[in-house]
Amino acid sequence: MKRRMTALLLAALMVLALAGCGGGNSGSEEVVYVYNWGEYIDESVIPQFEEETGIKVVYDTFETNEAMYPIIEQGQAVYDVVCPSDYMIQKMIANDLLAEINFDNIPNLQYIGQAYMDASQGFDPENKYSVPYTWGTVGILYNTTMVDEPITSWSVLWDEKYSGEILMQKSVRDAFAVALAYQGHSINSTNQDEILAARDLLIEQKPLVQAYVIDQVRDKMIGNEAAIGVIYSGEYLYCKEENPDLAYVVPEEGSCLWFDSWVIPKNAENKENAEKFIDFLCRPDIALKNFEYITYATANTGAMEQIDEETLNDVGIFADQETMDRCEVFTWLGEETEAFYNECWTQVLAE
Amino acid sequence: MKKVLQKAYLALILIFLYAPILTLMVLSFNASKSRAKWGGFTLRWYQEMFDSSTIMDALYNSLSIALFAAIIATLIGVLACIGIQAMGKGPRAICMTLNNIPILNAEIVTGLSLMICFGAFGISLGYGTILVSHVAFCIPYVILSVMPRLKTTSSAAYEAAMDLGAPPIQAFFRVVLPDLMPGILSGFLLAFTMSLDDFVISYFTRGRGINTLSTLVYTQVRRGIVPTMYALSTVIFLAVLLFLLAQNFLPQQLEKLSRRHHARRAHE
Repeated sequence: MKRRMTALLLAALMVLALAGCGGGNSGSEEVVYVYNWGEYIDESVIPQFEEETGIKVVYDTFETNEAMYPIIEQGQAVYDVVCPSDYMIQKMIANDLLAEINFDNIPNLQYIGQAYMDASQGFDPENKYSVPYTWGTVGILYNTTMVDEPITSWSVLWDEKYSGEILMQKSVRDAFAVALAYQGHSINSTNQDEILAARDLLIEQKPLVQAYVIDQVRDKMIGNEAAIGVIYSGEYLYCKEENPDLAYVVPEEGSCLWFDSWVIPKNAENKENAEKFIDFLCRPDIALKNFEYITYATANTGAMEQIDEETLNDVGIFADQETMDRCEVFTWLGEETEAFYNECWTQVLAE
Repeated sequence: MKKVLQKAYLALILIFLYAPILTLMVLSFNASKSRAKWGGFTLRWYQEMFDSSTIMDALYNSLSIALFAAIIATLIGVLACIGIQAMGKGPRAICMTLNNIPILNAEIVTGLSLMICFGAFGISLGYGTILVSHVAFCIPYVILSVMPRLKTTSSAAYEAAMDLGAPPIQAFFRVVLPDLMPGILSGFLLAFTMSLDDFVISYFTRGRGINTLSTLVYTQVRRGIVPTMYALSTVIFLAVLLFLLAQNFLPQQLEKLSRRHHARRAHE
């Protein structure tokens, strides 16, 4: 009996000791916890920020919006600055997970183009919660030596001529956006008939598709393994440098305009440091460094002034106003519609 | 003819096993970022790898967690084995079954339940929680590799040592432990590799600001894996190869040396 008591006591002690280890928040050192996409920053700017401000950066990465969301929601790990995409920001606002940013602490916001702030209102109606970081469109990357005509419409993705030469995005919203836009519907359609029609269209397209992929679109297109691929505009600059035969177009029917923006979660412990970090990223020289590293279009007009004309005028990289007007920003459709989309997508993949 | 076929079959299997690793090693020297294009030879990715604090931190975390987890799990595992061996038949069977459950259990269940458990006790996730989790899932493997060894040794040697006047502690260190050493060593190595390999459990039990190699690679999915990762994998592969070669050849060398040593002593 006595022995058993000792064992129990020991066990209790160990649990306490563990709890102690975890609970201790060391020192009064200034920190900021950053949660970003993988490979989505020029890593040299992090030590630069630490040196200039004396704030230590704890930098973490996530792979998808959907993987990031539960971590913020459950508060298992508390971050101060996060970089989600448009529709996810809307979902986080709707579920009261974000704090309003104090823009007085972000004087460099003046460098963020007004057009991008306006477009952001699709998911952040009053521009209260987010600061645009990168943006772009979804379109068609094609190999000019492997297609007969200049591509202008989503219809090529259903052209039998290119059977086995087509790459599609393996993600629900992106794939459905293509089909919905092709039919002339909103890419944020909540109309079940339209979604079902889009599903049927995707099923019809399936025999022509070489593969449903995510990041492999780049390598396959660079290696001339496919003629046509649906891709994020951010990848175009890099692909073009590797293979000059590649061209990018946002189809005339319209497409998706997307943003990845910085937000501050409601439970952030170092909100002011977070604002300092966002302000730092909005500085033109830092924004330029990041643009050169990730090649996704920057929303920073100060940085754009230092980018060469040719790149800046390429509507594939920096979409012009006319293209932006044709496009729509993804919005969050609510749990129910989201589930319906997922169900239809499963049917497409299973067919 | 039969011999040729045998050789061809062996070659095929070797190609099948090593072609992917070879591809990766070649690509780690590719100046172009894309796997589809050869842009010339470069050491740039190796340079960038050693310069990147993210990668180096992740490497350090992976290695140190694997080392500590293996040491702690081996200690606990060996003690557990001795305890289990001393039990009656029934409790021993129960213990061994309990030991097998975590091994058969899906990793994702282990990872998720550990995460929930840490959350319930208010322990914030970080280096410590990954380490504890790795110790937890490594222990059963250590027990599984030490137990058979323990079964083949009889308690007679231990009792004899005590009869000859050795206190229990001394008898344990000088008689029981050397007997178990091969089992302990293989248990340790198994635990080390299991921990180094692990993704799922690390993914669920890691906190902010901490990555292991596997979790770091995973977050690069959207933008595509960067060639620095190829460089890192190449380095790790070569290190493991050297480690294995040493493991195979060193003991023989040592044995030769010690035999010579013994011979000289006998001569004197």
